[in-house]
Amino acid sequence: MITFENIFKSFGHNHVLRGVNLKVERGESMVIIGGSGTGKSVLIKTVLGLIQPDSGQILVDGQDITQVKRDAFLSRFGMLFQGGALFDSMPVWQNVAFRLQRGALKRPMAEAREIAIEKLRRVGLAPDVADRFPAELSGGMQKRVGLARAIAAEPEIIFFDEPTTGLDPIMSGVINELIREIVVEMGVTAVTITHDMTSVDTIADKVAMLHRGTIQWCGAHTDMAQSGDPHVDQFVNGHAEGPIETLR
Amino acid sequence: MSAQMILIVRALGRSCIDAIFALGRFVLFALATLSHVFRPPFYFREFFSALLNVGYLSLPVVGLTALFTGAALALQIYSGGSRFNAPEVVPQIVAIGMVRELGPVLVGLMIAARVTSSIAAEMATMKVTEQIDALVTLSTAPMKYLVMPRVLAGLMAGPVLVAVADSIGIFGGFIVATQTLSFNPANYIINTMNFLTTADILSSMAKGMAFGTIATLMGCYYGLNSGHGAQGVGVATKASVQAAAVLILAANFLLTAVFFTA
Repeated sequence: MITFENIFKSFGHNHVLRGVNLKVERGESMVIIGGSGTGKSVLIKTVLGLIQPDSGQILVDGQDITQVKRDAFLSRFGMLFQGGALFDSMPVWQNVAFRLQRGALKRPMAEAREIAIEKLRRVGLAPDVADRFPAELSGGMQKRVGLARAIAAEPEIIFFDEPTTGLDPIMSGVINELIREIVVEMGVTAVTITHDMTSVDTIADKVAMLHRGTIQWCGAHTDMAQSGDPHVDQFVNGHAEGPIETLR
Repeated sequence: MSAQMILIVRALGRSCIDAIFALGRFVLFALATLSHVFRPPFYFREFFSALLNVGYLSLPVVGLTALFTGAALALQIYSGGSRFNAPEVVPQIVAIGMVRELGPVLVGLMIAARVTSSIAAEMATMKVTEQIDALVTLSTAPMKYLVMPRVLAGLMAGPVLVAVADSIGIFGGFIVATQTLSFNPANYIINTMNFLTTADILSSMAKGMAFGTIATLMGCYYGLNSGHGAQGVGVATKASVQAAAVLILAANFLLTAVFFTA
């Protein structure tokens, strides 16, 4: 279980997170929605130590993340980055097997490659992709490789940061389906950041809406349509008019 | 004190504080890099790859630069020495000039141009595209995986490159002196060998180590601390080369003072 307790984070005068409180239960697929620049990515990066919160506490399975051993802690996580964040200096299979080639999870090279090819197959990529470089792949293929890398070491918790950004609607649907399948199949805890409502409908068990640095609403995906919160209604229906201010 | 004076003092004070702050951050970065040298894991593949890039692939540019500089130096010394009837000092001055100063400085500046810029651009791009964050999430410390192998490669490749530059520079002077200035080849070599001391060569190697370390460290520092987007990559690359070149020249002055004014 991941618990955010009163998380604050500012960048200069930009107060991004202003007291976020949120619980993600074990095995649950939580989707965090919210407009661009509302701090969704910042929130998940605080869990991984990529960004330090100014104040507040983050607990994973009851343990304060500042008190845990970093390597062992991070080995429990997988992450799909918005732009893929594939290492362009190495071929696809080495990207996927990165964690299996060094550190505590190190395997012989042939075995690591075998696992990488298996994971690539799981996300719908042919084995011949393994020896290509990330720059030779389309955006959709890069997302799949990123997904394969996120699941390669069989993590307990996976973060998906804007998994469908930059993809066409069909490819977005494919990636959403893949994420849902993988989350169910592996039984992992998943936290997805998105403002794509198709992703929400496919991936979410629960939905939390981040607005003005706090959780505006949180509930089951099935309750979202009847949330009664005007912010959620405006966001879900994509209305320009409503309590969420828009620049025109 | 007039209001204008207060503004000037305030601006100066702010610049000084910013400079001290930047220096502090860089020193902390250098100390963090040093601490990783002694703590496992060690990424040997990354180290050898960096050694290839910093050392082996820098050989052509270092060699050519040293060759032409040594040749030009021989012509200048011959021309200058002739003014006070001492044109025969060419082998000695070429040797001492190349080994003590020009060899190390040319290598330092060439590495700054070739290696510092490429390291800064590569790391800044990795930062902009979240590859650095991805490394962290894959339980790999960027300082250990990216910085330490490159800096260690700079430290080791620097003296080797300087030795090559010194030798080729002296050879450039030898070619010009024997082919166009009528120097006797055997005497030229004997004069060169007799004039150089162990201290000259050791100072040259020490400078190579220092300059190789500075060049790679500055590339890593500016790359990992770059701003956002393509502009951030450009600014980091430019700043890294400027800082490395200035620091190399400053370090050269300090090392020369330490080695030759005692």
